[in-house]
Amino acid sequence: MKFAIQVNEGPYQHEASDSAYQFTKAALEKGHEIFRVFFYHDGVNNGTRLTTPPQDDRNVVQRWSELAEQHGLDLVVCVAAAQRRGIVDEGEMQRNGKDANNIAPGFRISGLGQLIEAAVQSERLVVFGD
Amino acid sequence: MSILHTVNKSPFEKMSLDSCIDHVKGESAVLLYEDGVYAALKGTGAAEKLASVMETTKVYMLGPDVKARGLAADKLLEGVEVVDYAGFVDLAAEYDKVLAWV
Repeated sequence: MKFAIQVNEGPYQHEASDSAYQFTKAALEKGHEIFRVFFYHDGVNNGTRLTTPPQDDRNVVQRWSELAEQHGLDLVVCVAAAQRRGIVDEGEMQRNGKDANNIAPGFRISGLGQLIEAAVQSERLVVFGD
Repeated sequence: MSILHTVNKSPFEKMSLDSCIDHVKGESAVLLYEDGVYAALKGTGAAEKLASVMETTKVYMLGPDVKARGLAADKLLEGVEVVDYAGFVDLAAEYDKVLAWV
């Protein structure tokens, strides 16, 4: 079955990203397809490669990047939510005249249309939030 | 149309379980996860409400989240079926839609 996942909260503050990750991983292990994971609102904070949690703690951002690499996941960060929170890729850096970018491997920045498309194309949309 | 209603907040913190219960119909089910599992603690008002819902509706809870909160099986409402993440995925596939009461 084709699933779309929506994550509305950042890492470490709420459990939403952890739950979404465990659900996504379990779905992939069962042979389901994850059409897209869409990070919205504070969820965009899952997409910065600059996080450095303590070594004995889980690395939420890296965990998503690794899962994306293993399974070719499409991790999409909402552009408007990202701009507000300082999540920047190469294109956004140039467009907004910023001096750096911080998008994590496997993530890309795009618009809300990507969430709508994911909901339309998938058989289930599962939302994780606060 | 059958719906899997997911509740992830404690009934002692938010009203999401109440809102959910008001909308659940017979062929649908409720999955408690994250702090939502506290609703299954025996002897609370929330558990009483849950028990009345269970007369017509199937209620599940996520085992890893129950364990993470140290809730012993004998403290929890009987009849709430425990599932793991793979079981969560199965439920999401089994019901026509997943509705998150976030």
